[in-house]
Amino acid sequence: MTLPLASVLQDPDFINVAYIVAFVLFILGIRLLTHPSTARRGNIVAAVGMAIAVAATLLTEDVGDYGLIALGIALGTVIGVPAARQVKMTAMPQMVALFNGVGGGAVALISWAEYREALHLGGNPELETLIPILFAAIIGSVSFWGSNIAFGKLQGILPGKPIQLPGQQFLNLGVLLVALVSAVLIASGTESEGLFIAILVAAALLGNMMVLPIGGADMPVVISLLNALTGLSAAAAGMALDNTALIVGGMIVGASGTILTNLMAKAMNRSIPNIVAGGFGGGGTAPGATEDGEEKPVRSTDALSVATQLSYADRVVVAPGYGMAVAQAQHTVRELGDELEKRGVEVEYAIHPVAGRMPGHMNVLLAEADVPYEALKEMDEINPSFPEVDVTLVIGANDVTNPAARENEGSPIYGMPILDVDKSEQVVVLKRSMNTGFAGIDNPLFYNENTALLFGDAKASVGEVLSAVKEL
Amino acid sequence: MDLLTELTILVLAAFVGFEVISKVPNTLHTPLMSATNAIHGIVLLGGILVIGEAGGFLNELVLVIAIAFGTINVIGGFLVTDRMLEMFKPRKPKSEEAPE
Repeated sequence: MTLPLASVLQDPDFINVAYIVAFVLFILGIRLLTHPSTARRGNIVAAVGMAIAVAATLLTEDVGDYGLIALGIALGTVIGVPAARQVKMTAMPQMVALFNGVGGGAVALISWAEYREALHLGGNPELETLIPILFAAIIGSVSFWGSNIAFGKLQGILPGKPIQLPGQQFLNLGVLLVALVSAVLIASGTESEGLFIAILVAAALLGNMMVLPIGGADMPVVISLLNALTGLSAAAAGMALDNTALIVGGMIVGASGTILTNLMAKAMNRSIPNIVAGGFGGGGTAPGATEDGEEKPVRSTDALSVATQLSYADRVVVAPGYGMAVAQAQHTVRELGDELEKRGVEVEYAIHPVAGRMPGHMNVLLAEADVPYEALKEMDEINPSFPEVDVTLVIGANDVTNPAARENEGSPIYGMPILDVDKSEQVVVLKRSMNTGFAGIDNPLFYNENTALLFGDAKASVGEVLSAVKEL
Repeated sequence: MDLLTELTILVLAAFVGFEVISKVPNTLHTPLMSATNAIHGIVLLGGILVIGEAGGFLNELVLVIAIAFGTINVIGGFLVTDRMLEMFKPRKPKSEEAPE
């Protein structure tokens, strides 16, 4: 009877009800994320759900060590907040990879501590707890290391080109077997922390070796896959700890990540096993890249000609790619668009689903530059109308505009849906040099008669065109 | 909680996830990935629950790191998503004086 409020708050039923409120907020939040005008509110709603779940958990009766929990949360806040505040919009993919990685790391560490604790209390836990622990350990560790490698590649710490070891497939298989056999040994009754650590280490190696051979072009799919994996491992940890919040939260992410991964892989006409097996995305390995090997003529142009072309056009489409992000050209691009619209030119942006390093990467960059989202057109929406476009401006995009994907059956990207920019009246491609794209595949678009190339840094080039337009 | 109840919850959550998420337009895929990324930081709760029962320096060290990782995942994830979404604005009504 003493402290009735405290006893209500610590009642497991009360905590579970709080969890249910959190689930509702998660689901509502994601629903609101389906439209640009409500998306921001959706994110906040989901964050409130998270706050409720954390607060309810802190009320649980047997939570001890508030000091240590506060220490962990404080450390995480001190590291996480400035990182999230300061990251540039162009560096968003690697930030997401990093946040995803620490999530996977947390799962792996928790499963390790849980297993140690079980051994300390007298031995292996029951199978219905043990199996999820083992699953969480493997997937969490794979996700942590895989995400870190993805971060390193996107950040430029590691080379973006695929790194392939001899006999890679066999090595991967071997490491996976070590992890699985150790897990089976533990599940069949062996009580050994050594074996558990062997699982963590083998899974760590697997995570490294899975992502190292993957080239830049496939990175978005890999990050999405790792996001789904971390979700699943969190759900497994929830099964081990009998915690519904973890099961539901983790599984929703597991489901969403799987959908996203599939969407992206489909957009590139690649299967997920194919991507994980590596190969594509490498420089020299692409067959049929430049089979004739001889120099083909390209038409280069200058800023003034482009400015004239654009100013006298009725309809201009901008097709941006990763090059725009690297050059930080999005603001200048928007200024150019505004200037052209003042002159009565209709300006739209054609967004390929996998342009950039993440799905929607271009949308975020252009939104940052204040381009209204109505002007951003998805591939299926804009493709039929390319023949009516006067000038298409391709800024730092390559593979997503490569007509070889439509025409050349021998091309490694054959079948991948592309933006049909080559069908527009005139095409101007802004490029740094004649180097091939991340996929290392030559682009016949550049040699077309209606294509002109404007060489130079994307931001500088767009700036020159902009000032030329102003002077016209 | 028994295994069957947990499996039921797991399967239903998967379907809810599929249903809710398959309606997100392409435009919002990056923020969506980032927001769901923040949600799996819920594993932070696992750290909080296990640290209560665990003893010993190594366990405590491991779990404090786990909680810090989970917190980075949650706070960083939601903040970064908010920064991205803050920039999605509808077309402004055409007005002559809009000097920002």
